[in-house]
Amino acid sequence: MSTRHVVVLGYGMAGARLAEEIRHRDPDGARVRLTVIGEESHHAYNRVLLSSVLAGSMRADAVRLQDAAWAGRHGVELCLGVPAARIDRAARRVELADGSGVDYDALVLATGSRPWLPPVEGLSADGVLAEGAVAFRTLDDCERILGAARAGAPVAVLGGGLLGLEAARGLAGRGNLVTVVHPMTHVMERQLDPGAGRVLARTLTGLGIDFRLGTAAARYVPGDGLKLDDGSHVQADLVVVSAGVRAETSLAAAAGITVDRGVLVDDALRTSDGRVHAIGDCAQHPGTVAGLVQPAWEQAAVLADLLTGTDTAARYHGTAVVTRLKARGVDLAAVGDTQTGVDDDGAEVLCLDDSARGRYAKLVVRDDRVAGAIVLGVPDAAATIIQLYDRGVPVPGDRLALLLGRSLPAATPSAASPADLPATAVVCRCNTVSKGRLVEAWRAGASTAGELATATRASTGCGSCAGAVRGIADWLASTA
Amino acid sequence: MIRTAESPRPTRRTVDTHCPYCALQCGMTLSRGAGTEVAPRDFPANAGGLCQKGWTAPALLTSPARLTTPLVRVAGELRPASWEAALDLVASRLLEIRAEHGPDAVAVFGGGGLTNEKSYLLGKFARVALGTSQIDYNGRFCMSSAAAAGVRAFGVDRGLPFPLTDLAGADAVLLAGANPAETMPPFLQHLRGAGAKGGLIVVDPRRTPTAEQANLHLAPAPGTDLALALGILHAAVADGHMRQSYADERTTGFEAAWRIAAAYWPEQVERITGVAAADQRRAAELLAGARNAYVLTARGTEQHATGTDTVSAWINLALALGLPGTRGSGFGCLTGQGNGQGGREHGQKADQLPGYRKIDDPAAREHVAGVWGVRADSLPGPGRSAYELLDVLGTEHGPRALLVFGSNVVVSAPRSAHVTERLSALDFVVTADLVLSETSALADVVLPVTQWAEEDGTMTNLEGRVLLRRKALDPPVGVRTDLAVLAGLARRLGQPEGRFPADAETVFTELRAASAGGPADYSGVSYDRLRAGEALYWPVPGEAHPGTPRLFLDGFAHPGGRARFVPVRHTGPAEPPDERYPLHATTGRVLQHYQSGAQTRLVDELNDTVPEVFVEVHPDTAERAGLAEGGLALVSSRRGAVTARVRRVGSMRRDVVFLPFHFPGEARANLLTNPALDPVSRMPEFKVCAVRLSKEDGAE
Repeated sequence: MSTRHVVVLGYGMAGARLAEEIRHRDPDGARVRLTVIGEESHHAYNRVLLSSVLAGSMRADAVRLQDAAWAGRHGVELCLGVPAARIDRAARRVELADGSGVDYDALVLATGSRPWLPPVEGLSADGVLAEGAVAFRTLDDCERILGAARAGAPVAVLGGGLLGLEAARGLAGRGNLVTVVHPMTHVMERQLDPGAGRVLARTLTGLGIDFRLGTAAARYVPGDGLKLDDGSHVQADLVVVSAGVRAETSLAAAAGITVDRGVLVDDALRTSDGRVHAIGDCAQHPGTVAGLVQPAWEQAAVLADLLTGTDTAARYHGTAVVTRLKARGVDLAAVGDTQTGVDDDGAEVLCLDDSARGRYAKLVVRDDRVAGAIVLGVPDAAATIIQLYDRGVPVPGDRLALLLGRSLPAATPSAASPADLPATAVVCRCNTVSKGRLVEAWRAGASTAGELATATRASTGCGSCAGAVRGIADWLASTA
Repeated sequence: MIRTAESPRPTRRTVDTHCPYCALQCGMTLSRGAGTEVAPRDFPANAGGLCQKGWTAPALLTSPARLTTPLVRVAGELRPASWEAALDLVASRLLEIRAEHGPDAVAVFGGGGLTNEKSYLLGKFARVALGTSQIDYNGRFCMSSAAAAGVRAFGVDRGLPFPLTDLAGADAVLLAGANPAETMPPFLQHLRGAGAKGGLIVVDPRRTPTAEQANLHLAPAPGTDLALALGILHAAVADGHMRQSYADERTTGFEAAWRIAAAYWPEQVERITGVAAADQRRAAELLAGARNAYVLTARGTEQHATGTDTVSAWINLALALGLPGTRGSGFGCLTGQGNGQGGREHGQKADQLPGYRKIDDPAAREHVAGVWGVRADSLPGPGRSAYELLDVLGTEHGPRALLVFGSNVVVSAPRSAHVTERLSALDFVVTADLVLSETSALADVVLPVTQWAEEDGTMTNLEGRVLLRRKALDPPVGVRTDLAVLAGLARRLGQPEGRFPADAETVFTELRAASAGGPADYSGVSYDRLRAGEALYWPVPGEAHPGTPRLFLDGFAHPGGRARFVPVRHTGPAEPPDERYPLHATTGRVLQHYQSGAQTRLVDELNDTVPEVFVEVHPDTAERAGLAEGGLALVSSRRGAVTARVRRVGSMRRDVVFLPFHFPGEARANLLTNPALDPVSRMPEFKVCAVRLSKEDGAE
């Protein structure tokens, strides 16, 4: 079998993962010759962890996905710091900005997305941010933010979505005075209902973050801060822009490949040109939303099956998205349909609002399955609900217990007095000694814990029931 | 009971010994007078404790089920025979089969409960008297993943590379897939310190009696432990707990291991395992914040087709936190069978020679052949691993005859219906057994052998300490030791007089010489030193050497002295649930039974407590399958079905059922299990397979 030349445009989380998945299936390059072209000069890194870098718990070099020698070790040709300029589909060739070109048998677009810059006067010109304003998207952005945000300095975050809040939490944890400006009336409105948004903002306020909701930034003055639509002012030495992203589709569009919000792909991750595939943030598949890593990784696995011929029937059918906020001191998960209200007739909806303790839990059940959920401040319940959602397992009969997780008291409280224990209760597990057996031994003359142990072997194993045996001896003595 | 000073006390002979069951090898005294009784003894491993199995151990010595005469199959039935006739028959059949099909046509299967002397002599018997490469043992189903991972990380495998009493000083202990509250109850005493300090972490899909005592219980979906270990490692690094100086000075390979773990942040791992991200961070924090901490693994995390990698993932975590080779902290695995440690060191494993030597190492072959008085090139090479061996029995390219010592494979091996079929396809099966186990019931010749209290021998416990278990009483008339059986067979197979001694101390003296210079060096251990009460932990490379209670304090056993991180990734169970088999079954143990139950099912007090197989099911899952508490369920997998009594347990995961594997016949949990093998250790995937539940009446 001759090798196919697969060229991957983009060396981010999707492109790097695809390279790994292909080499996992074709370690010696017998089936696929692989070239990866990356615009940034960095080796691929894990964007999900940028908030940890911002929060100061991880060093920048710890978030890299592959070490510098990875490509060489695995026979992958890696070109870094060279943007692609044009795709010539007829010639099956990618032209690079430095004038060189690469021929392909199959091309994969993994070009990701770029930050969307809101129309704020003075914030950017021709797509370039003004001084003192930084997007929160790349490792370089992260280092720029850390360089600019001196401890105690006021910082404004434009955007109260997932990434904006993670950045805000990280910066607040480093000692910055953070204000989040968000044009919607509650934060993370894509994933949360208004109640959860309110509890989350309240929790974050307790961690030192200010919110300006329902108002947008109108003007940015470097060194001073932001003027908002409602006329108020936010002082900021630094503005972090996290107002959303747009799929990077320009190369595809210029090459005449069908593009909507992203590059349209089918279940085989093919674009309108069968020799060109797209995965990750730049791709648009009906089964998922853009901007998250899970779909990109699942797509990479399917595409690797197809490109290496490992499983030509492999198809991508979409990804069930789980939103998890990564912010120290806040535990938030949201899945599926979270906007259905408790008064909806078509679903069973439970909602528990304990904002004073930073807890909010909502469960939307349809056909006995989790259709959606928000779990804030109840970490173990979140873990269970996500598993039920992912696996499509029926929801337990006791919905409320599910929502409460471990905060629910144990179903069988331990008996307060030996008198309340049933006779069949096993007191000593190591030797299978029941309370009834101890009572019998006592009646036969064993009157102390030591004598009970000799007569029944209770407490002679691991010894953890010694207190209970003493308690029973005392109780029997007191009832004698 | 009322005693008077005058009542005559029968004279009792009392001998210090050790329990016949698990690797904790609890110290006990055995006394004989009117009857045989045991009492706990203050020994470091059990500190005066005994569980119900230990207390009732003497019952089997006098059990009516004991075999006291050899049995030979005649016209389809096992009938009593004399020792002479039985051994003559075995030798002549083995010689015939070897002459016709070659030496590898005879296979040997050993056990982790056999003494060091028996393990050693069995390996020698296979390689020298039979000349076969086809020998392996049930420890392959037990310790092999932990052993393989230990060797690749540290250069040598000793279950606990420290005395287990060190655990008492720990502020935090993480148990991965261990349920000592049922499998070795007195061990729990050593965890009390960590528990009192809030640092006992238990990883188990079930809320076991051990998990109930934990300060933090992490319940991953079966088969996802590796991901969980990556998540905790990730949390440890991301939250700043990494011991960088230790990693720099004492290890290699962190970088590559971290590149993989970097893709397993706790929220990602939560989705795979069902363990809350916050709990993963808490586990990392408890271990990292402890002055002294341990990570310990056992079968729950090891008995997977990815068992070796899973143990490596736990070792990586321990290394990142700087635990192994640090006084007062460490990594270890809890060995299961009585001599699970010594049994894996002295040559009954397919790829090993005594002293934990590799059979394909020319220097090792020279040394051992020299001790045995044979030429190195006469020794066969590595043979098949346990399941692979069982799988080819009686096939065109597989062995035609099998000798089984100390194992009940038709109950304890995975996919047991198939294993039964393979055994039945053989021309000739011989077992050495105490009672007529399910495997012996299939044999052509059954040889009755002694038990723990009836013979001398050494055992190496879970911490690598060599123990002398002395003969306390005479065996029933008609019963011989396994050593005597091997000696008698060897002579009949033409081996020179004296090459296969039947005396335990003589065999041990030879074992010492054979192990000298190997990783598990016993050359300085002698019966005299053990009789004098010395606590000897291997290696003991000379009579004057005090032994090695703590390995790795000065360096690891790899050249250069560094421990190795191994880059491992999560792949998940070999058999994911699907529409036909929507649940996962996991198998395990109960307190009252040991291994295949061949011994404990014959002890009334134990068997009355847990007389039959059961299946633990979440009430919701039971409800959906129409199963009532105490009713019968049919649990089916692609390989077979088991009828089991339903126990509705509210703490079970809804997608998991649990069955103990101690029961025979149609109640064998191993009828269900998946023989997918670990590529390194050849461990089968006992702990997770896809099943469905239905009512027993067969209406599915």
